[in-house]
Amino acid sequence: MTPPPDETGTSPETTTRETTTRRSFLFSLGIAINAIAIALFAIPIVGYVLSPARRFTWLDWIPLGPLTDYPENQTRLAEYVNPFKKAWDGETAKIPCWVRHVAGDQFQVFAINCTHLGCPVRWFAESELFMCPCHGGAFYSDGRHASGPPPRPLYQYKYKVEAGKLWIYAGRLPTLGQPSA
Amino acid sequence: MIERLKSIGRWLDARLQIGETITEVAEHPVPRSSASWWYIFGSATLVVFMLQVVTGICLATVYTPAADRAWDSLIYLNYQQPLGWYLRALHGWGSNFMVALMFIHLIQVFVFGAYKFPRELTWVAGCVLLLCTLGMAFTGQVLRFDQNAYWGLGIGASIAGRTPIIGFKVVDLILGGPIIAGETLSRFFALHVFVIPALLIGFVGLHLFLVLRLGINEYPMPGRIVRRSTYLQQYQELVHADGEPFMPFAAQKDLVFAGLIILALLVVAAVEGPIGPNGQPDPTIIQTVPRPDFFFLWLFSLFALLPPWTETFLMLTGPVAVIGLLFAVPFISGTGEKSWRRRPFSVVIVILAVTMVGTLTWLGTFSPWSPVMDAWSAAPTPVDYVKGRTPLELEGALLVQSKQCRNCHSLGGVGGMRGPALDDTATRLTRDQIVRQIIQGGGNMPAYGKNLTPAEVDAIVAFLATMHPAGEPPARDSARPAVPASE
Repeated sequence: MTPPPDETGTSPETTTRETTTRRSFLFSLGIAINAIAIALFAIPIVGYVLSPARRFTWLDWIPLGPLTDYPENQTRLAEYVNPFKKAWDGETAKIPCWVRHVAGDQFQVFAINCTHLGCPVRWFAESELFMCPCHGGAFYSDGRHASGPPPRPLYQYKYKVEAGKLWIYAGRLPTLGQPSA
Repeated sequence: MIERLKSIGRWLDARLQIGETITEVAEHPVPRSSASWWYIFGSATLVVFMLQVVTGICLATVYTPAADRAWDSLIYLNYQQPLGWYLRALHGWGSNFMVALMFIHLIQVFVFGAYKFPRELTWVAGCVLLLCTLGMAFTGQVLRFDQNAYWGLGIGASIAGRTPIIGFKVVDLILGGPIIAGETLSRFFALHVFVIPALLIGFVGLHLFLVLRLGINEYPMPGRIVRRSTYLQQYQELVHADGEPFMPFAAQKDLVFAGLIILALLVVAAVEGPIGPNGQPDPTIIQTVPRPDFFFLWLFSLFALLPPWTETFLMLTGPVAVIGLLFAVPFISGTGEKSWRRRPFSVVIVILAVTMVGTLTWLGTFSPWSPVMDAWSAAPTPVDYVKGRTPLELEGALLVQSKQCRNCHSLGGVGGMRGPALDDTATRLTRDQIVRQIIQGGGNMPAYGKNLTPAEVDAIVAFLATMHPAGEPPARDSARPAVPASE
């Protein structure tokens, strides 16, 4: 049984040496195969876990109902069903928003989420302020910052008026990193 | 009979080969000084964790981790499932117990210098356990899928969304989609019942293994300095000269305390009942005042009180810095004195941290920075403030209610605490100053110039000008002649 010369060109001197080399080769091969296999295995796992972040836009045009629902000079709560809902989302698929009908075809549609940390702002018609129940942020009727820690005005959805209906371009939770507008 | 049992034991051990290890572990020598009542908190935390596993598995047999069913299944657990309410109470309060015991344990090992050579990695493993436990507390709060859970997720997402550049991707990843919905809950369920418990069990194993291998920290004595060159030998000498077997010498105290903790948990859970859920997680129900669970209240306060311009920076770097520092403790001071009598700086750190977190938690329980959303319609005007007032002043009192001033300003101690109480406004501001403050706002008050007619402003100012305690004169404009005294 003559050993084949190994790659480095030096031929093994003893039988023990030979077995060691063969064994260590097999072991290295085993590690290499497993490293490759695990790397391949990791691809679907990582892809699966990261899949929610792969889609770039989560926005679509959503009807908010006829214009007559929103009297001029008033700010009203509206709600829509998220266009990317899953069957088991239940009531979490419903998203509220504030619609301010300025005049004619002019609207402002504010996200419900405070720009500070996302709590639901509430409209107070008498003082014409949006107040947040969490950390005390307040906004004027046009969404400008009035008081408290919020770092920017209320998030606004893009809107259009079509076929007597108000539509907004929405579908994701607005955050500072990705204001919906 | 006993002979029979013994022979069964021998038969088993001949095959399991575990008896020797158990004896070795049970009887490993510990310093006599370490069999102290101060050393009982780690084992108690572990005991509560094991209870959490048991109650958690039970709850998982009924709880439904789907966004459209979770809340219903919680209500079912509370009111229909036999003993469901008690299991939920045990699990919820068990979580509080575990976090509390863990923090006491953390403070104890820090104050006793237990993290020093050669136990640096025991401390590091403990820090991982700390993060895992807080992770369990937070994800558990999410599984209690109610309004607090929903908006708490919103807060988490909003913090993550502040990350530069990749913020919105991180949000998508946390939520498992574009909004807080079905996949969000499923993700947190997987974290709460698979990922974090697996980590916990693994690191508990490592933590215990290290405690056994390196030996429990000896009770610190001033002047007994830890040196890398001599400590191991000194410890061996101490253990042999003045040591006792762990079982039963030290274990008996652990045993007594753990038993008392379990009893306390049983009683507290029975008396207090299950925690939540509050309203169903329907985001269109905006009449909600989201609050985190007790152990996160201090963060809630911090986010309200940090200067806004520091906020994004601190939200993103603060946790990294604090956690990094915690992990680094044994590498910053791995040797030297262990006794708190010789480590004043460490004691100060503990006192400062506890005071800060305690104060913020206390503030979080009544959150003076939040407007009281229903004060304007629900809080009565104190009778004394309307007695003997002119019609104009009464109109002002009415406007203070209807214009929602009281959401932020209290009268007679009732109402918001966001702005100053109005009971003594007139002693601080002259009429002109009140007008300016209302119209222009400022100092964190919105400007009301556009929302009030001049007549309304007149009425409010007339009312507020009467707001000074008897015997305390109203503020006076020094540029104008003093109002002649009526006497």
